[in-house]
Parts: sequence; structure tokens; C-alpha cells
Amino acid sequence: MFKKILIANRGEIACRVIQTAKRMGIATVAVYSDADTRAPFVKMADEAVHIGPAQAAESYLVADKIIAACKQTGADAVHPGYGFLSERASFVEALDAEGIAFIGPPASAIAAMGDKIESKRIAKEAGVNTVPGSPDAIDTTEEALKWANDIGYPVMMKASAGGGGKGMRLAWNDTDVKEGFEATQREGKNSFGDDRVFIEKFIEDPRHIEIQILGDKHGNVIYLNERECSIQRRHQKVVEEAPSPFVTEKMRKAMGEQCVALSKAVDYHSAGTVELIVSGADKTGESFYFLEMNTRLQVEHPVTEAITGVDLVEQMIRVAAGEKLEMTQDDVTIDGWAIENRVYAEDPYRGFLPSTGRLVRYDPPLPGWTNDGEANGRRGVDGVRVDDGVFEGGEVSMFYDPMIAKLVTWGKTRDEAADLQVLALDAFEIEGLGHNVDFLSAIMQHERFRSGELTTGFIAEEYPEGFEGAPADEQLLRRLSAMAGFMATANSDRAKRVDQQLNGAPDPQYDWAIRIGETSRDVSITENEIVVDGEAIDLSMEYTPGDRIVHALFDADEDGEGGDPLTVQVRRTNTGLALTTRGATHELRILPAHVAPLAQHMIEKEPPDLSKMLICPMPGLLVSLHVEEGEEVQPGQPLATVEAMKMENILRAEKEGTIAKINAAEGDSLAVDAVILELE
Amino acid sequence: MSANIAEMERRREAARMGGGQKRIDAQHAKGKLTARERLDVLLDEGSFEELDTYDEHDCVDFGMQDSKIPGDAVVTGSGTINGRLVFVYSQDFTVFGGSLSKRHAEKICKVMDMAMKVGAPVIGLNDSGGARIQEGVASLGGYAEVFQRNVLASGVVPQLSLIMGPCAGGAVYSPAMTDFIFMVKDSSYMFVTGPEVVKTVTNEEVTQEELGGAVTHTTKTSVADIAYENDIEALLAARDFIDYLPLSNRQEVPERPTADPIEREEPSLDTLIPDNANQPYDMHEVIRKVLDEGDFFEIQPAHAANILCGFGRMEGRTVGVVANQPMVLAGVLDINSSKKAARFVRFCDAFDIPILTFVDVPGFLPGTSQEHNGIIKHGAKLLFAYAEATVPKITVITRKAYGGAYDVMASKHLRGDLNYAWPTAEIAVMGAKGAVEIIFRQDRDDPEKIAEKTKEYEDRFANPFVAASRGYIDEVIYPHSTRKRIALGLRKLRGKQLENPWKKHDNIPL
Repeated sequence: MFKKILIANRGEIACRVIQTAKRMGIATVAVYSDADTRAPFVKMADEAVHIGPAQAAESYLVADKIIAACKQTGADAVHPGYGFLSERASFVEALDAEGIAFIGPPASAIAAMGDKIESKRIAKEAGVNTVPGSPDAIDTTEEALKWANDIGYPVMMKASAGGGGKGMRLAWNDTDVKEGFEATQREGKNSFGDDRVFIEKFIEDPRHIEIQILGDKHGNVIYLNERECSIQRRHQKVVEEAPSPFVTEKMRKAMGEQCVALSKAVDYHSAGTVELIVSGADKTGESFYFLEMNTRLQVEHPVTEAITGVDLVEQMIRVAAGEKLEMTQDDVTIDGWAIENRVYAEDPYRGFLPSTGRLVRYDPPLPGWTNDGEANGRRGVDGVRVDDGVFEGGEVSMFYDPMIAKLVTWGKTRDEAADLQVLALDAFEIEGLGHNVDFLSAIMQHERFRSGELTTGFIAEEYPEGFEGAPADEQLLRRLSAMAGFMATANSDRAKRVDQQLNGAPDPQYDWAIRIGETSRDVSITENEIVVDGEAIDLSMEYTPGDRIVHALFDADEDGEGGDPLTVQVRRTNTGLALTTRGATHELRILPAHVAPLAQHMIEKEPPDLSKMLICPMPGLLVSLHVEEGEEVQPGQPLATVEAMKMENILRAEKEGTIAKINAAEGDSLAVDAVILELE
Repeated sequence: MSANIAEMERRREAARMGGGQKRIDAQHAKGKLTARERLDVLLDEGSFEELDTYDEHDCVDFGMQDSKIPGDAVVTGSGTINGRLVFVYSQDFTVFGGSLSKRHAEKICKVMDMAMKVGAPVIGLNDSGGARIQEGVASLGGYAEVFQRNVLASGVVPQLSLIMGPCAGGAVYSPAMTDFIFMVKDSSYMFVTGPEVVKTVTNEEVTQEELGGAVTHTTKTSVADIAYENDIEALLAARDFIDYLPLSNRQEVPERPTADPIEREEPSLDTLIPDNANQPYDMHEVIRKVLDEGDFFEIQPAHAANILCGFGRMEGRTVGVVANQPMVLAGVLDINSSKKAARFVRFCDAFDIPILTFVDVPGFLPGTSQEHNGIIKHGAKLLFAYAEATVPKITVITRKAYGGAYDVMASKHLRGDLNYAWPTAEIAVMGAKGAVEIIFRQDRDDPEKIAEKTKEYEDRFANPFVAASRGYIDEVIYPHSTRKRIALGLRKLRGKQLENPWKKHDNIPL
């Protein structure tokens, strides 16, 4: 076994590998760039080597620096994590030449699977389903009709350079082909200067399902079931689960065996993943096709670990050290259901804009990397597992992937795992940058997600206008009102325990009018119960003024058992409280009951539309303008940079729009409140 | 007997109706509450005790003798806010447009005199068309009587003004001399002369809102401290605000229980200061993570945001916080920020509220506009205010403390009681680059040498230890322990006794 493993990666995956290595009694070495000097993985490792500037191209992607770090520290093996050098055959060869073990597949397999056309050819030869289609460009409509009928409708006519909807045409029958084929050729020519058109089977209701492969150097390859990753946004996976709600035992076996055959065809060892595209429209489960093979550990590997109890990193290390797999295909089982949510630093309320910056607050539902030993420690604590590589006060930098953490839950059933996600997300505190926790919670609660009717178009179809918070039902709003009333009374009680009083402490305020949106509810706190609009709410909760996270339990029995838990993040506002839970933030205006009738006289105001102008916030020098007149901008996009007192301040668009007029030029000295540009 | 009581009831009822239902409806239609409704929101429920309910004007000109309304356009008295005594007056716009008569002024003076005697804050709710013109000079005299009391009360009891309607002409000077002014957006304005006069005299066209609305006064002029969306928000905020203030200069700061432990460490503060000295960070984070429960009641948040001023609590006791804000203009001191902080520091000193100062200041803002507008005199205000203050003063330098601005920001030399520095602090005459360009002027064209000397200067001075070796810094502390250090410091300083030499008053550069 290895003495010392160097992890050629950063963030959560570096932590992940270190964690298993430590358990196996293997020393660890971290490598880090300038941007990661304070990162947890650096502290977690036994040794750390600085390898250069923040840009990955000058640090994490430089094989020579990694190899030098191995030599410097005496590491005898390298785990590449995912991304960076993990799928670079030349890196593996360089390590081989130095006699350092690579904890991953052989260079030849990486090379073979890294080539799109080659990998497809090998897959086909190995008996793996590939998407039926014409191998070469088609010249005429007659030829196109012949191919279309051979493949079977629907088919996609695709210009060879086409993509993103351009140069692509769907045909459901002969008429569509007749009418569309030449048009597709023209479009290809006009848009891309290339009129070659191919025909391929159109996958209806496509789902992304992948098979986890594990092989050793002794010719043994097994599959560790599937994962479904259909919930994606612009090809970026957001939610993953194992098993897939679509896959039957028969289908699993068929997919698994084909993928094992493919792996064997390239002498694969270590962990790998074969990605398949599956037609959800074909309920027989026979329409699955090879997409590509990822010759590395996947981001979403924890869901497989949670249902199988296999530590994939441990297996990779053992295999790399030459050990035989201890388990056979028959040992692989499915225990329960696991879901992973990727918590990203991107703001769903602003068009999923990447949001980098300081984690002013970071408090996951449980500290990262803790577990209670269930399923070999692969299920965290009570079914909640947090894989992270950040810390409160740390930075999500612009240089790397904006993933903050992976939240993995395990339950006996899919619903149980999803319910656990909702609870855990409610307790996930992140402040300082935009994040997608609300959005993930909304998905977890979504009826269609619960039904299992997923496709890769889920997000685009369910959130065509973007995301504005998960909908809340009447029961939730009443419960939030009850909690807010309780907190308001507690705050009032404390305020009234100040010293220097005239007649001793007056009674706290017990009666409130609490408005969410247009609806106001009367909330009364009495000694024994909390009444909302005349109806008693069975609520038990603890709250101390200043608490930012509050746990409540509704409708529990007399012993405090059962009932519905609700965790709420609390922020004070000018007019009451902002409560964040269940995928949305609710602004609660809280008034003492005797004040509430007066509120009818207050005039509701429309906030002024400052977002149509970019105002210079300080006197300074306009260093650069990032946009031109007529340009369309997205929220958060940098518009101008103003330097004041030698500091550069980037001014960003507040919302989507077009630059109507620019009133200043680079190099101008601007006064405070100067209008730099106008949007429309 | 019962007839007498009935008569009292009848008269009370008449007084409560102010200018009558029609005018009350008109007040409501403008989104404004009546004088009495406002007091109901401001004070603890049922705590208001009215005085001079039946007071009437004594004007006999222009038919005024036939038009009398009990209370004479102002409701006065006392009540409690979270159990603590306050005196209040609330002008009633439904009665003669809230105009100020001699009797009206006398009612205000009566509660102010009482507040001074017993030592309790005065809160004025302003909603008045101006002087009672029918009374002429008697009304003007009334204003001056109020002014005189504002001045005598200044520094004796806290005075808070809420502008909730018109406040024009001479009327503005009473709130102007109180400690803090809150305004209501779109329904309140303050100016010496209104848009019509402005048009006649200077030919400028300007709306009331632009000339003297809540936004103008809380961003541009700093006449007012905070703008609120409506009456209810402003009044409820005033309750929270009063909770921070001592009742008078004879009383200690209020104390209320908190569950926030003083030992609370904030490891994230250890990584707050960016590696790049030119990269800003938000000083609010330090303030929120240090104060009890993250509560910070910021004063003038929309004006001169390069300095932050406001109240918070440590161990449940009020503190005043002043902090440079690197996010805005790099936290530089300029005319506006100096004036803003100076007045705040003097308020704290007057009422024995300890002052916490967080320093990250690159210096004073250069430029002709600053120099020609008197940065020397205005900057001196802050220096003066810190230097004369005898309350406990705790200072934490987080990053830059350059030049004269270092001296100004509650330095040891200005009788700072505990002057702490984070390890990232740089206490120097100026930044390394600027310093080297002066010291090694002859090598200006030799970038290599300049770079080398800059490095040398940084190594020598860009740290807190030079200052600490001279005792200008009492201790270099871990950022994560800032709360505990400050809380312990405040405990130890509770017995602080320090008096300035006797004088009639000082002569702060106004």
C-alpha cells in the first residue's frame, strides 16, 4: 500500500480524498495555489506544497509542478480528483515514467475514451447501444428519407456544425424530412459555412443516466448501479440521485453489462462512469444509448456510496496499489435512496448569475465530513452528508468552479431522501454571496420531481421565466406567522426588561398583525397556545433574541414526538422579519395589534426605477467601460470600473436591459451621482 | 358631580377630534396619521398622559377669537417607551394647519422644561404649516422660546425630532438643534424658504421634495439622519432608537439582558482583510460580528458612507460605533465624513456612551474642492470631538491608519483608553509607495530601486509593531477575539473618571 498520496486537486474533492486516505493510515500531501492558501484542504493534509498563482493554467494544470511536488514530499501516488489533470493521458504517462502511481485508469483507456468519435466506435464494437444515425453526411432528400425510415421517427436533422438549436430540425414523418432537409443544409451553409447534414435518432424525453464502473488490474470489472443526473441547467448537473426512478432491475442489468463490456474492451481499471442518454418515452427501458465515458471519479459519486456502502476513493486507492477487488457483482446491492444537491455560488433570482466573493456566514446543516459510521461512513449523520471545501470567512473565488458544497441525503425511500434534503437545505446558512439553496429546495418539493418524471429539460420547462422562490401554501404561511408572532413577543419581552423603567417592566406585546404579501393575519400569543386568525396552532419552538436559525415543531404529540419540523432562517428588517425556508424568503411586516388598524392609511409606494441608470457612487476616475451602446446586458454584468483612492470598484447591471446611452468616456473624472450610462 | 364629569368628557372628546373628521380624513388621505394616532404608535399602549388638553390660543385678531380648538394644534405630555419615561409633543396639522401660536409654543416649552427637570428625552413630532400668521410677533416669540430650550436641553436630555409633514421657515431651527432627525419620505419636507420664494429670488425651479424632502436631507445635506417610508415605520424605529439612549446626562446608559456571550469568537474575522491592500471589504461585517446579536442602529447611512456611525450594545449596554468604511472612497476622511462623525462622537460624549472606533483610513481626501471648502476646519471638528471626549474610548485598527487621519481616529495620543490593532494594521505616515516617492525622489526614474525601497518601507512600517513598540498601540490582537477584548475593556473602563479643565465651553471649529 502507498505511504503517501498527493492530491492534485483542490476544494471539496481534495478534502474527500484526504479523508479516506487518513482513515486508511496513508499520509497526504495537498498542493495549492495563491488563491487557496487558507483553504481547508490545505490544513487537512499532512503536508502542503505551494504550486503557483491562482490561475489553474499556471498551477493545478501544470503536470511538472505536481510531479515536482511529489518528488519534494516523497509521495508515491497521486489522486487527481475530477477536472484539472484527471483525464489527461500524458499526465498519467509522465507519472509512470517517474515511478509514481496514478490513482485512476490506465493512460490508454483515458486516451481512448477521451476522443468522441473513437470512444463511440469502441462502444459500438463492444456491443453498447449508440444513438442510431447516419455515419456520413447525407446529400439528398431521398437519401435522407431512406435513413429516416431505417432509424425510425422521430429523427433529428443536424448540420455538422450545428448546435444550440441552430442548424437543427426535428422530423416526425416523411413530410417533415421533405420540407426540412434542404432548409437544414442551407441553414448550415449560411450560419456555419458548412452544408453537411447528418440524421440521427431523436431521443424523446431524454434522461441522463450513468453507470458507475469499478475495475481492478486483474481483469475484474463490476458496475455499482446507476445514477440519474437529468436535472441540469445548461449541461451543468444540479441534482443527482441513485438509484434512478426510471430504471428497472432488468434495465439496470442490461445497462450495467454493456458498460462493463465497454470497460473491459479498453482494459479499464479504477473507478469510471459511463454516461448514457435514455429515452423516457420508451417505457420498456430499452432505449438507452452511449454518450461518453468519464475516466475519473465523478462529482456525484457520494450518492452511489450512500446506497452501496462502498467507499469509491478507497477502492480506487486499493486498485491503484494492485489489490484485487474484494467484492463481486453479486455483492453489489441497493440499500435505500440517495440524492445529491450541488450548492452553487450562483444566484437563481438573478438569472443564475455566478456570484463570487466572501462567505460572510457559512454554516451547513452539519459540519462537513462528519459521519455516524452508517454504511461505512458514507451517509454522514442521520442520513445527511455534507462534502465541502469552504469555510466561514473564506472566499469563493472567480478562478475555479463555483460549487460551495455537495449536500447528500439518504433515506429508505426516494421521498424520504427528498424530504431530508428540504429540511437540511432550510438549515443551510450562507451569507455574503448569491447561492442556489432556495432553488434546490424548490426542486426537491416540486411535484414533478417527486413523480420521478424527469428529463434533461426539467429546469428549462419548469422555470421558463426564471426562478422567483418556491411557492408557499396557506399552511406554511400560517405557520410562519405563528413563529413570527412568537419571536416578536420574545423580542418585545426582552426590550421591556431594560432598566431605568418608570413603573417596573410592562407586559410584553402579545397580539400582532402579521402581513405576508397582501394578507394580514392576527396572531396572539397566550400562555398555552399561539392563535392565528382564531385558530390555535400547535407549535413548539425555542427562540432567543438574535438567533439566526430557529427550529420549530408543529403538531407533535404530547411527548414531543412526531409532528412536522420546520427550520427557518431569520433576518430582521425595518418592518419586521424576513424568514427564509422551504425555498423562498418571506417578508413579514409585523405590527402590534393596536397599531395595525392605522396601517390602512399608509400609502404603498412603488420603488423608484434606479436600475435604469448607472450612477457613479463616488467621485473617481472612470478606468474602463465594459459595454457599448446598443449592447444587451444581464443582471450583474460589469458595466464600468471606477477607480477611487486607488481602489477599483466594479459597477454592475442591476437587471437585464440594453445600453441606451453612454454619458462618459474612459479616463473621465466623475463626480458622485454622475449618470455614467442609461439602460432601456 | 356627574354633570361636571360629563362636561369634562365632552371637552376631552372635542379635544380628541382635533380639527374635525373632515380634516382627519384629509390627513389620512395624504398617508399621514393624526397627532394622537402617532403618539399611540410611538408610546407603550395606554401610557400616554396628556397635558394642557384644553389649552387654547389667546389671539383676537382676524376673527381668531371665534375659532378656538382645544389643544391649539399640538398634543403634549409624557409616556413610556418600553417602560422608560419620555416627554413628547405632536403637532396637529388638522388644527389650523398645525401652525405655531404663542400658547402652542408654551405647551411645548412646558414639556421641555419638565423633561429637563426630571431628566428624560424629548421627542417632537413635527407637522406644521409654520407660524400662526394671525398672531404675528407672538408666534415668532414662541419659536424663539422653543429654540432657547432646545439649546439648554442639548447635552442634558436626548432630543429626537420626527419630521412628518411640513416644517418650513423658522420652524426648521428647532429640530435642527435637536440631536437626531428622522424624516418620512414623500410627506415631509424642511426648508428655510420654499420653492415659490426660491423661484422668485433665484429663478430656480425645484419641487418641495427636491428642495427639502427626506431623501435630499438624508443624502445630500445631512440635515436629517434617516428617512423612513411612512409614519408607522418612522415611529416604530424611533421606539427602537430610544431604547439605545440614556434618559439624560445624569443617568447611565440603559442595560437590558442579552444571551450573546462576550466570549463569542468570530474566526472568520481572521480572514476579513484581503491580501491585496487595495481591495475593499465591508466594515459592517466587523461591526455586526462584534456587537451583541449583530444589532447596529446606523445613523446617516445614506450620507458620507465612507464613515459609519451608529449605536449598538455590548453586554446589553449601549455603545457608539464610529468606523471608516473601506467600501466607499476607501474609507477616506473628507469634509462630510468628518462632520458626520464629529457630531456623533460629541453626542456620545455628552451622554456618557462609550465610543468604539474601527480604523481603516488611508488619509484625508485630496483635491481643490476639499481644500477650498475647508477640509482643514471640518476635519478639525472630528479631531476636536475625539480629543475632548472623556467617555471610555476603545479603538481597533484593522488595516490602514495613515498620516494625520491616524491621529484623528481616536488614537492613543487623543486619550484613547485601549488602542488595539489587528496584525494586518499598518500605522504609518502614508502608504509605502507614496513615502518612497518622496524619500527617494532622486530615484524616481529607477523603477527597480523604487520597488526595492517600497518593499523595504513596507517591511519596516506596514505593520502594527512599530507603533506597538512605542506604546501607541496597547496590544496587537487576534481579529477573532475582538468582541471579547472590547467587552472586557468596557467592563474595566466602567469606573473611568476623567475631567477636562473647567471652562465655560470650548470653542470647537464650527
